[in-house]
Amino acid sequence: MKDYLTFALKRFLQLLAVVFTGISVAFFVSYLSPISPVETIIGRVSGQSAYSPQAIASLRETLTELFGLNVPLHERYFNFLGRLLVGDLGPSLLAFPTPAMKLVMLALPWTVGLLAVSTILTWLIGNILGGLAGYYQNSRLLKAFGVIAIGIQPIPYYIVAFLMVIIFGFLWPVLPISGGFAMNVRPSWSPEFIVSILRHAILPAASLVIVGLGTWFLGMRALVSNIVTEDYVTYAELAGVERRRIVSSYVIRNAMVPQLTALAMALGGIFSGTIITEQVFAYPGLGTLLVRAVNAGDSAVVLAVSCIAVIAVATAIFLIDLIHPLLDPRIKAQ
Amino acid sequence: MANDILTVEGLKAYYQMNYFGVEREVRAVDDVTMRVKANEIYGIAGESSSGKTSFIKVLAAAIRPPFRIVDGSVTYRFNGTPIDVAHAGEDEIAKIRWKHLSYIMQGSMSVLNPVRRVHSAFKDFAFRPMGLKREAFWEAVEAHLARLHLEPGVLRAYPHELSGGMRQRVTIALATVCQPEFIIADEPTTALDVVVQKDVLAMIREVQQALGSSVVFVTHDMSVHANITDRLAIVYAGRIVEEAPTRTIFTAARHPYTRHLVASLPRIGDTSPKPSLEGRPPSLAEPPAGCRFHPRCPIAIERCRKEVPVLEERPGGHRVACFRADEALSPAKVLHVEESLS
Amino acid sequence: MFSVVRDLIRYNIEFTIGVMLVGVIVAFSLLSFFSPVDPTAIYTTIPDMPPSGEYWFGTNSRGQDLFWHLAFAFRNTLFFGLTVAVLSRIISITVGLTAGYLGGWADRTLMFFNDIFVAIPIFPILILFYFVLRSDLTMMKLALIMACFGWPFDARLIRSVALGLKHREFTRHAVFAGMSPARIMYEEHLPYVMPIVFSTAMANMIWSIGLEVTLAVLGFTNINVPTVGTALYWANNHSAMVVGVWWWIVIPVVLIVMTFLGLFLLAVSMNEYIDPRSRLRRMGA
Repeated sequence: MKDYLTFALKRFLQLLAVVFTGISVAFFVSYLSPISPVETIIGRVSGQSAYSPQAIASLRETLTELFGLNVPLHERYFNFLGRLLVGDLGPSLLAFPTPAMKLVMLALPWTVGLLAVSTILTWLIGNILGGLAGYYQNSRLLKAFGVIAIGIQPIPYYIVAFLMVIIFGFLWPVLPISGGFAMNVRPSWSPEFIVSILRHAILPAASLVIVGLGTWFLGMRALVSNIVTEDYVTYAELAGVERRRIVSSYVIRNAMVPQLTALAMALGGIFSGTIITEQVFAYPGLGTLLVRAVNAGDSAVVLAVSCIAVIAVATAIFLIDLIHPLLDPRIKAQ
Repeated sequence: MANDILTVEGLKAYYQMNYFGVEREVRAVDDVTMRVKANEIYGIAGESSSGKTSFIKVLAAAIRPPFRIVDGSVTYRFNGTPIDVAHAGEDEIAKIRWKHLSYIMQGSMSVLNPVRRVHSAFKDFAFRPMGLKREAFWEAVEAHLARLHLEPGVLRAYPHELSGGMRQRVTIALATVCQPEFIIADEPTTALDVVVQKDVLAMIREVQQALGSSVVFVTHDMSVHANITDRLAIVYAGRIVEEAPTRTIFTAARHPYTRHLVASLPRIGDTSPKPSLEGRPPSLAEPPAGCRFHPRCPIAIERCRKEVPVLEERPGGHRVACFRADEALSPAKVLHVEESLS
Repeated sequence: MFSVVRDLIRYNIEFTIGVMLVGVIVAFSLLSFFSPVDPTAIYTTIPDMPPSGEYWFGTNSRGQDLFWHLAFAFRNTLFFGLTVAVLSRIISITVGLTAGYLGGWADRTLMFFNDIFVAIPIFPILILFYFVLRSDLTMMKLALIMACFGWPFDARLIRSVALGLKHREFTRHAVFAGMSPARIMYEEHLPYVMPIVFSTAMANMIWSIGLEVTLAVLGFTNINVPTVGTALYWANNHSAMVVGVWWWIVIPVVLIVMTFLGLFLLAVSMNEYIDPRSRLRRMGA
């Protein structure tokens, strides 16, 4: 137990380091942005009606202070870190003066919901099928699935999503291809709204599952076909241990260890998937927000999304790391 | 015979392999006939790739493609009922596994599931064959461990927390907890250091005597055979070339290969250089014609190149497959053979 | 080395298909050196012509002959992938061998940074870079940035091999012979990790090209440089699929899938070659 706490503490420090590095990189990169939010807003305001030069000057001063641009870089950096702790990253440009963090928090549930469901589904289905394919190496059905997986695996995600839009949007329009819910349904906890959300999530989730499935399937199949040659599996077979038990407690159980690590790794790359998904299916999540913010030159929102992405991914990896030694007792020894 | 627990008749088992497009057949076990009596330790010795591992795969009924049985039978007789594991279905074999026929595997490091505690292996392996209620089962397991001088605490350990010797002892306990009549031990001491090796051998001997089981003990290490086995078979290139009570093998071997193996053993006070054989063991995919040992045999004659010597009975439960086995070799001649071997 | 490749081609069907697919794409991209038209220029020919004897891949709505345009685009994309692969290999070999051989605090420090880099989500960072650099984000800069993020996983792999090599007899001999750690790593250990380097390079190219395509499709790269991604961006921009100019999308997609499949098969077959266990299974032992 003490070992485990030390381990958890170490991992937690690592989590902090990852988050700190990630958001620092994000901050300094965004600092280099050539677009000044102050000038953008002034341009926007003064475009609508005439203002006196004094009014504009005082507006500029107020805005500079509001965006925290009136202090040197290092001070801005510490301000940024301090404000991040309380979840305040300043006003957005996209919907000035709505705080950037508020926009992010509105978009976050959509992305997390979509990603959590599709990632877990993909991981489960891919690993179960891959595990079976590795253990029953002579099954024709699973072999055929392997060939399909190898064929689908290298297709860029964007293509799959686009094909689904074409198929279900134009050729066989049975499912909604854009948005998070139907326009004519009022957001509430009504069954109607929930069904609408689910229906809208089917295609984006399906596209994510199809693309991710092959990788997990092939990885798990390779792992399992190695594990079945391990002595402890042969030995259990020689002892006449039931098939089901061998598959679950010996083969799958041992394959879970690296697959869980791989899941943590995969989470790091997951945001690239969701940004395209949300673009193609016009899904109201973080990805859409990020693209809009980039195009509008809204550095506060871009920074906020990047920080949330870093924190979310690092936390997910941290949680998986915590489960790890429970699955593999050997880790504690390290 | 009535007290034979295992009878192997004319067994041929080959690997049919396809490596990078080339089909080959590897005759790992080629025409083997032998018996194991109740309550004895039967040794099998031979170099690596002599086919001894393949042979015990057949004995353990662990045949997986591309390995398959081509001919012959492997009949066990537990409680008077014969079962030919070379031809029986997996269901029938499953009934005798662990309860009657158990196995101590090579490589004690990796035979236990690394992510589960030791007690789960006992539960998976032995609970069903023993057919006891849960509490009675664990009592029996702990009693068995105590008999083997193991603490019940090892049940709660993970395999990686045990030392190599300890792990091998746990494996032996696991293999014998159901009190099987027949135990196959595949190089159980190979990876262990000498002191631990001695303990493990003593342990196997003790269990065998306590249970009255038969053990087939496989190792390339002749000194281990000298210590533990009652009878010993020498395997060369997929065939038994000589079989006799262990004492006879070490004092009056008739096959030149056996004599070489015995001669290369270190003896106290003997400082002479040990002979080594020319050449390598033959490829089992393309074994030489005639006696398979002839290319390396110092006393080979023309006949050895053409004819295959059969394993013939000699007095004193001695069987040998050599055309020149009956030539009474004087001590001087033996010495000569040993010199020419070197 | 040559005999290994020959054996692989002769007996490993995956490797053969992989070599053929990648070979076709590379040959196609090399044709761009003989392009009769400027592949970056637009409106040089009649727009929206379907594939025909004259225009093998058709022309797009921007009046470009797709055959020459895509040849150039693939050249850029492959070169990009190769650059990222080479640069990130250099980092991962250096980090992996150093951490594995030196061990101790050097190993702990390097692996600490390694784990940080593994966990940072690269895509938002890339978008951030585009956000700041805009059209200054040249292919070379993008390659450099991606190389800085594409090494940690493979560095860990190389480290684990180097850890094993450290305790081998020949390393001890080299140490006794007075070789410096740098020379031991370079001369003694590097050859052992080369197969891993090659196989991970393929996987790395799939990763970097995939990211480039993704970024470009969103319009987050310099869209005036022809690459596979920008070709798809413009096709999308002109709603190629909707207005019926299907070849503008289908042909680059088929070609890029061929590229990915080829690289993937090469990586898989090399992995199989490296991993002795799967080799044993093939032999049937």
